[in-house]
Amino acid sequence: MNRYALWKYLVILVAFCVGGLYTLPNFFGEAPAVQVSASRASVKVDTATLGKVEEALKAASLSPSMIGLENNSLKARFETTEQQLQAKDAIQTALNPDAANAGYVVALNLIARTPTWLSALSAAPMYLGLDLRGGVHFMLQVDMNAALTKKIDSLSGDLRSALREKSIRHNGISREKETIQMGFRDQATADAAVALMREQFPDLVYELSTQGDEVKLSASLKPEAAKRVQDQALKQNITTLHNRINELGVAEPVIQQQGLDRIVVQLPGVQDTAKAKDILGRTATLEIRMVEESSEARLAELGSGAVPLGAEKYLDRSGQAVIVKKQVVLTGENLTDAQPGFDNQTQEAAVHLTLDAKGARIFKEVTRENVGKRMAILLFEKGKGEVVTSPVIRSEIGGGRVQISGRMTTMEAADTSLLLRAGSLAAPMEIIEERTIGPSLGAENIAKGFDSVTWGFVAVTAFMCIYYALFGVISSVALAVNLLLLVAVLSMLQATLTLPGMAAMALVLGMAIDANVLINERVREELRNGASPQTAIHMGYDRAWSTILDSNVTTLIAGLALLAFGSGPVRGFAVVHCLGILTSMFSAVFFSRGLVNLWYGRQKRLQSVSIGTVWKPDTTTQNVIAKAKAD
Amino acid sequence: MEFFKIRKDIPFMRHALVLNAVSFITFILAVFFLFSRGLHLSVEFTGGTLMEVSFSQAVALDPMRERIAALGINDVQVQNFGSSRDVLIRMPAAKGSNAAELSTKVMGGLKEMDPSAELRRTEFVGPQVGDELAIDGLKALACVVIGIMIYLAIRFEWKYAVAGIIANLHDVIIILGFFAYFQWEFSLPVLAAVLAVLGYSVNESVVIFDRVRENFRRYRKMNTVEIIDNAITSTISRTIITHGCTQLMVLSMLLFGGATLHYFALALTIGILFGIYSSVFVAAAIAMWLGIRREDLIKTVKKDGPDEDPNDPNAGAVV
Repeated sequence: MNRYALWKYLVILVAFCVGGLYTLPNFFGEAPAVQVSASRASVKVDTATLGKVEEALKAASLSPSMIGLENNSLKARFETTEQQLQAKDAIQTALNPDAANAGYVVALNLIARTPTWLSALSAAPMYLGLDLRGGVHFMLQVDMNAALTKKIDSLSGDLRSALREKSIRHNGISREKETIQMGFRDQATADAAVALMREQFPDLVYELSTQGDEVKLSASLKPEAAKRVQDQALKQNITTLHNRINELGVAEPVIQQQGLDRIVVQLPGVQDTAKAKDILGRTATLEIRMVEESSEARLAELGSGAVPLGAEKYLDRSGQAVIVKKQVVLTGENLTDAQPGFDNQTQEAAVHLTLDAKGARIFKEVTRENVGKRMAILLFEKGKGEVVTSPVIRSEIGGGRVQISGRMTTMEAADTSLLLRAGSLAAPMEIIEERTIGPSLGAENIAKGFDSVTWGFVAVTAFMCIYYALFGVISSVALAVNLLLLVAVLSMLQATLTLPGMAAMALVLGMAIDANVLINERVREELRNGASPQTAIHMGYDRAWSTILDSNVTTLIAGLALLAFGSGPVRGFAVVHCLGILTSMFSAVFFSRGLVNLWYGRQKRLQSVSIGTVWKPDTTTQNVIAKAKAD
Repeated sequence: MEFFKIRKDIPFMRHALVLNAVSFITFILAVFFLFSRGLHLSVEFTGGTLMEVSFSQAVALDPMRERIAALGINDVQVQNFGSSRDVLIRMPAAKGSNAAELSTKVMGGLKEMDPSAELRRTEFVGPQVGDELAIDGLKALACVVIGIMIYLAIRFEWKYAVAGIIANLHDVIIILGFFAYFQWEFSLPVLAAVLAVLGYSVNESVVIFDRVRENFRRYRKMNTVEIIDNAITSTISRTIITHGCTQLMVLSMLLFGGATLHYFALALTIGILFGIYSSVFVAAAIAMWLGIRREDLIKTVKKDGPDEDPNDPNAGAVV
């Protein structure tokens, strides 16, 4: 009765082999490496790049232990950190001759020393979380209201020029919260405006109302259009962050959307956290607006008198007030490139901007109509606006090439252009969560987690072996298999392992032994009640099963709830917890039964089983090995 | 080896009233401390900035407090973390200030004091995230409670579900009571530990209830109290051994896991210890008072073993 069919042994064997195979990569450790990836979409990392890198390394007489292309990036592994640093410099100079316009990101990284035959099976070591490898984690909240306001602002600008084109007269257009308010002299003009809007502005819904002798038109974004604006804002911000992080040179950055309005950024292995924060934290948005030229504004600029309606006051870099119109001419959305350089005539430091087609058209129009007037380029960082420059428009500027110059140092020009090139954000963002873990702490955490699991494991197996004799040994082997399978599954899924995850691993091992204790106690109990050894084993496993199932289901319910509602550290805990419970069902019941059957199953006339003392109330002598006579 | 040589069923239920009074008092105390002292919530829940800084030698905390206060940052908590060379600095969330700037500023100040200062870890959580985490935590708790109750109700009967969940929520409250009384830091991993304990210690009740059901089937002459006593007695060795094994693991975490896992392991320890107590004494007693009967279970369960002789003289003591 205690025999397994051959296929069951095969299942065990296959599970064991697969588990072993996928656990294996975790033992090889990591080696220093240099990773090259493209910093722009137009740049490709391909075999040509590989050739260049190999050449550069040969020239520097460096020989990587492994070099290859993988997922659009090139990785070269070295034996020592020293070689790695030299190689980085060599590759950097070979690939990016112009430091200001780098096409490639050359970053330091650690790569697993997994042998090629294992990598070919896509076996990789567990993916370590930031708390184990060190790095920076940010959660950013995108200000969606600002994105909507901005869209409404630019729509009202478009609306104004469209009305002007069709010569529909209006009594002013203004934005109030998230609606555009317009006034018309009579119903006929209002109807004409509505017709125009229906044709050219499909994203707007509008409402007409009469107020005295004026017809009011209130337009707002359709809900689906508003949603689209928000989606786009989020996507653009993610792209922008990608670009900025490329400037940092991080090997494997993670940039993900979380929820509707949040972005998570993880930069593993980043040492210079201050710089990372600085670059990420710069939530700059660019706006081009016209300077208000009225006499009232002039007075306000000098500090006397109020800021006129429809205008706002900002300071420039030297602290001089500039009164600009609220209406936005262009935003960073229309900017395609920004490079530092010098003014052709004055040799002053300058930033050269390139605008997209729509931007170029608007810019041309605005400059044509406003020759002799001033234009302001504003940079908004963390909700605070600053006038970068407010030059006088000398002539119409076409072709979408704009130069910002004046009162700038070379450094400032480089900084501003980096900020602008990295892409301005569609909507401002705020860091709402930040976690920085130094690399030494990460290594320490690994050691601590590892020690906890090891010593706990040793203590539990020692106890089991002493208390339950051979059955204890079998339980311990099953527990080891559980650990093996858990590590294998985590490696296969490439789930992020964190310190709470390692704690969950220890805990789940402690809980998994529960199943074996239940079984062993049941077998002892059956023996105590006078069952024959074979029957006792059979009944023990059979009766313990429903209890094991019950208890695992309740534990799994808790694990799944944590998985569903947990975030950050709790999630890392929950993943390992849930997987561990599942693997323990296999190892503690199916696998351990297999071992028991293999050992005892063939013996027809089994006299005793080694399961420690089976104490009976009526016996006085105790044996280490129970002699339960088969009746 | 055998630790548990029990000749007769232990009359646990005879003392049910006393034991339940004890747990009721503990429960009330825990609730009292929860309200009077409150939980010492970590930065994750309250929002704010946390910095872990390590120095090459032991440092005095008072000059450090003064130095940070001189930077114009108020309500700063400075304390040792793990060793006298490691310092944990907590700053409340301030509107408008940027976490990145704040930690850089403080680090600058500390470096001036002692150039060996090394920033090991910073954590900044905005106030909006903290509230969400608290709400998510409560949602997870509700989910676990409801999920387990439904499962127990399907598997057994509603009386068992109620008894099981009351017993285990009582554990959760007691863990929280400990954290409130000693003002230990309640962080996200601790929350995970509490919920894991909830799932784990329900196991205990399940094992005992399972035995109760089996006994109802086997020993038709016994009354409910005897059946419960027998069920607890025959599972007590298993209960203590499994909890002991889990506790060995947790102990290893407590010893080797360092400061980060300290409170996590502590919460598990309390949970495991009270888990034994509550499943043995509280859950079964509540089930008894709710009036569990043989008829509630037998009709839904099919027989899967030969019935024992109801007059079996050994029936009572099988351990």
